[in-house]
This record gives sequence, C-alpha cells and structure tokens, in this order.
Amino acid sequence: MSTYKVPVMAELAAEGKEPEILFWVGCAGSFDQRAQRVTLAFVKILNQLNINFAVLGPEEACSGDPARRAGNEFVFQMLAQQNIATLNMYNVKKIVAACPHCFNTLKNEYKELGGNYEVIHHSTYINELLKSGKLKVQGGEFKGKKITYHDSCYLGRANDVYEAPREVLMALDADLVELKSCRTKGLCCGAGGAQMFKEDEPGDKRINVERTEQVLEVNPDYVAVACPFCNTMLTDGVKGHDKQDDIKVLDLAEFVTKANGY
Amino acid sequence: MKIVQIIIFAALTGGSFFFFLKKVREIYNNIMMGRKEEISSDSSFRWKQMLLVAFGQQKMFKRPVAALLHLVIYISFCITQIELLEIFIDGFTGSHRILYFGLFEGNFLGSLYTLVINMIEILSLLTFFVTLAFLYRRNLLKLPRFTKAELKGWPMRDANQILIFEILLIFFIFCMNGGDKALQIVGEHEQTGHFILSSIVGKALSGLPLGAIHFIERLGWWGHICMVFVFMNYLPYSKHLHIALAFPNTYFSRPEPKGEMKNMPNIQKEVASMFGGAQTEEGEEPMYFGAKDVTDLSWKNLLDAYTCTECGRCTAACPANLTGKKLSPRKIMMDTRDRMEDIAKGKKEHGPEFTDNKTLLGDYITKEELRACTTCNACVEECPVNISPLSIILELRRNLIMEQSDSPSEWNTIFSNLENNQAPWQFSPQDRLNWVAELND
Repeated sequence: MSTYKVPVMAELAAEGKEPEILFWVGCAGSFDQRAQRVTLAFVKILNQLNINFAVLGPEEACSGDPARRAGNEFVFQMLAQQNIATLNMYNVKKIVAACPHCFNTLKNEYKELGGNYEVIHHSTYINELLKSGKLKVQGGEFKGKKITYHDSCYLGRANDVYEAPREVLMALDADLVELKSCRTKGLCCGAGGAQMFKEDEPGDKRINVERTEQVLEVNPDYVAVACPFCNTMLTDGVKGHDKQDDIKVLDLAEFVTKANGY
Repeated sequence: MKIVQIIIFAALTGGSFFFFLKKVREIYNNIMMGRKEEISSDSSFRWKQMLLVAFGQQKMFKRPVAALLHLVIYISFCITQIELLEIFIDGFTGSHRILYFGLFEGNFLGSLYTLVINMIEILSLLTFFVTLAFLYRRNLLKLPRFTKAELKGWPMRDANQILIFEILLIFFIFCMNGGDKALQIVGEHEQTGHFILSSIVGKALSGLPLGAIHFIERLGWWGHICMVFVFMNYLPYSKHLHIALAFPNTYFSRPEPKGEMKNMPNIQKEVASMFGGAQTEEGEEPMYFGAKDVTDLSWKNLLDAYTCTECGRCTAACPANLTGKKLSPRKIMMDTRDRMEDIAKGKKEHGPEFTDNKTLLGDYITKEELRACTTCNACVEECPVNISPLSIILELRRNLIMEQSDSPSEWNTIFSNLENNQAPWQFSPQDRLNWVAELND
C-alpha cells in the first residue's frame, strides 16, 4: 500500500501549485483525539482517490463559530478575518470541511467579510464521489448491520443537508433506521452554541443523555455522526449507559474507510 | 325604528374602529422602537413565503391533528367574512340580506349565495366542535406545551377567552340564521333558499310566538356583530393577533440559511483597522453591542414578538427545555412583547421620558435562560409563522458578553485560547498537524 500524504498549502504555494480542494480540518479534527481519527479517515479517502488536496496546517485558525455564538463578536471577527486573509492569499476556491460548524461559518458567514468560497461538508463531498463513481464502497463489516444517523443541527436545520449523509450510509448495504426525532426534527446533541465548552445550566438531565435514550430505543449496532461534537456527545452518552461494546459511534468518513479496509 | 338601529350600528362601528385603529397605531409604534434591519429578500421570495407559510399554513402540517383542527377554524373564519360584509351593508342601509335580495335573487348567483351560506353554517358547526376540542386539549388533556410555567395566569385565560368568543360568535350566527328561517317559515320574511342547518333551527323555533322569533333573530344579528367588535378590539391585546400579523411576518421572512448569524459591521470595521486595514472614521456614533432592551432589538424581532400566538411548538422542540433547563423560546417571545407593552404603558402614563430602570435582559429574561441555548434552530424550524426566538437570544448574549463582560469562566478560557492560539483549547498552532504522524502507522 502506498503511503498516505498530507500536502500543506504553504509548501504547495512555494512550488507554485494550487490544489483542487482545501480540506478544512478544524480545531476538533486537529486536536481532539477522537476527531483526529475522523481526520485520518477522510485523508485516507482523499489519498486513495488521488484527489489533489491540501490542508492549511499551522495557518488554520478556528472558524470563530463558538466565539460568535457565545456572543463574542470581537474574537469571531479576529479569527474570521485572519482566516479569510490566509484563504485569499492562497487563492482558495473550494473548501471541504469535516465539521458542520466550520462548514456553516465558512460557507455562510465569511461572504460578508470578503471570503467567497465554494464550501461543502465532507458528507456531501463523499456522496458526490460515490455518485460520480469515483469512490466505490462495499458493505464490508456493515452489511446488514443496523445503523442510525444522528442529524447535526448545523448540517440539517442550519443548512438543509439531510440526504447526503443518509445516501452515503445507504451505499453500505446496511439497515438504516431513523431515530424518533430526525431530519428537521432532529434533536440536538447538546454541544452547539459553545455549550461544548462549559457546564450545563441547571436542569433534569443532559441533552446528550436525552438524545442517547432515543438512540437506545432503536437499538442500533452503529450510530453515524457527521460532526466531531455530536461524536463526543453521543460517545459519552453511550458510555454513560454502559453500551459502548454494543453501539459504536462512527463518523461517515470512518464508515467508508472501514468498509473499504483503508 | 329602522333609523334608530342604523344610528346605533353606525356609532358602534365608528367607536370600534376608532379604538381598534388607535391600538394598532400603538403596536406599530412599539414595533418601530426597534433598530433598523434590512431584510435582504426579493419580492417573489416574500410573496411565496407568505402564500405558503401564512396563507397555506404549510408549517402547521408538521402536526397533522392540530393542523386539521386549526384549518377548520381558519377556513371558517375566512369564509364568514362574506356574511360579515352583508351584515355591515345591512347595518348601514337598514336592508335585509342585501347580497341575496339586492344582487343575487333570480340570477345564477342566487344559488351561489345559498352555497356560501350553507358552507358558512356547516363550517361554523364544525368550528364549534373544534373549539370544544381545543378547550379539551388545553384544559383537560393538558398537553405539555400548554401547561408550561410561562402560560400561567393571563396567557391561559387569554387562550380560553378566545375560544369562548368563538363559541359565542357561532351561537349568534345560528340565532340569526335560524331566527330568519323561522320567520320565513311563518311567512314574515321572504324565502332565501335552503340552508341545511339553519332550516333545522328555524323549524324548531317556528312554533314560538312571533315576537319571540323576531327577538331571537335580532339577538343573533346584534349579538354577532357586537361579538365581532369585541373580538376586533380584544385582538391587539391578545396572543390571537397572529391572525393578522402572520401575513406581514412571513412576508418579511429572512431568506438566509438558518445557520447564518447577523454580521456586526461596526466590529468588523474595528477589527479590520486593528489588522491595519481601513481606519475607522472619527466621530462615529459610539458603539453599543447586542441588545439589552427591546429598543436594541430589530423591528423584525419585535414584529416576531407581536406575531407569536404562544402555541409552544418552539418550546416543545427546544432541547434545553426538554431536559429541564429554564430556557423556553416561547417565553423569550412573550417577554419581548410584554416589555414593549410595559414601556408603551409607562410612556402613556408618565410622558415620553419615562423610564422604569428595567431592561428586557435581566428583569424579564435571565442569563440562565440565555446560556442554556445550543443554537440548534429547532425553535426557528418549528414556528408555523417564521418567528426566530434564536435571533433575540443571540443579540442578548452579545450584550451579556461584550457590554457587561458577563461570561461563564469556561467561556473566558476559550476566548483567551482563541485569541492566543486560535483554538478553543490550549494547543499551539504548530501542533495542528500532529495527527499526521499516525497516518501511516
């Protein structure tokens, strides 16, 4: 097997090259141990298909999503303008993000600040690769297994991306079951709006526990997620119910790499 | 006798419209207390939203049972306006069933009239049962979204009063049409065609003394129009105002994806100049961030608040509320409206300089509520009339953080991490590619 490579934008630029897509790794994808595995999975897919991509590496900054939603517009503007300067300097045209929060901010909120890019989420990108026939996926270990998909708020309601992740899962020849609240009614994992980074307000239970209870109702073998924060929240929820041996929480990119043995 | 009735009718109409329009103007002024907000939609988008969401009730059908029940009342209300038009003309001219005798009798429109009145009567009867079903759902079945804390007191009473008004309106319609039919049966009034339901009532009433039938018919006619005036003047004080404001509110729907937050151009400029870009001009008006009171919110936020009919679909879908947190998106809307009304009332009583030293943020909405929001957009998605509680929540959050520096300590930590190392956690940007080491393991 060939060795996987991760081209860095600054190095490509030094060679006078421009990649076809920029893979926006995101802070979770860069630093969070669980999300790093998703990053690795997606990079393997890109490598396997010989896609001409690059990452920003040290030049990537947080998109600003948690700061803006917490209410700190100054910090958001600093990060956003810094990112836009970097992206424009490299003449970036197309960005694929594996985090719905980065995806939403880059796609919708950078425009007004002078950052105009085609931004898509990795679920949509993988689905496009499948549809065009470039990426083939066999069911592998997922064939006939019961998979449920948890809608990320920032993909679904925020940007109307409901079908692409499901289409990717359907390619696995698995038994795709829906949660009680799905699509437009999808229940949040509890992490959005910078909740990820602070304690909950007083209440009866945590939101990820509520969502995990819906997951347990359908008793799946796998929960598919498309967001690093949903991933953390549901992994915690499943562990809280001591079900981590029966129910695995995986990102869409990981389904593809595992099914294809990358 | 006829002239006395016409004078009373004209006086009632004039008085009702006077007080109604006065309150409408007050509400308009309250909404205009808000800041400017450009809604960047074109007119085809606007008309489409209004036709689909308000007129077509598209989003109601996510809950089919409630939608169907609501649809009956809605259609019934719309079509009854035809009979109301006739009542107005009759009232001002002293005529009797002018649309039939004056316009339609003897031509093909006569049977159209019969059809319309029959539809009104059948829908009215259906509405009667639907109203009972709504009273049952609210008071006996106690659906969770109707028993939340913010509905205690006036909001609950308001909801029930509206339903009772509807029952009275229907009662008077059948008094009026049944009485008229009875008078037709005994030969006092000319025939107006066959009305299935009021014929039954008429037959039952026709055995009464003539004076009693006349009394019932007049009681129905006057009772109905008086209830219409009461309803009209009650509306601007009630959650029921949605029957009017759903239309402008959906017309001015924001076209952006729900995930997109409103930009703050003043901070954008400030930060750009910090980075060595365009200098901010001197003498610009002082910056004020986010919203502390209703006057800091946009007019669209305030129109949202007056449009809210407190159905609670937002709160029922809110993950924070669902897990026992204090946040209720419906309460955000109700508090916003209450605050506007309180300011307007204070100014009316104590003059335009009046201030009660209260603000929406703090005295009506607590930071505990605001902090619980995950910005998941479930409330926005659910609202049948395109209200955004989230937009208000985010503006208030901006004020908490940027004007009051009131932030949970964990958020302060992420802010400083973001400023210093461009990630919410304390990792160096140089370590952003550490994961690559595992790639070829």
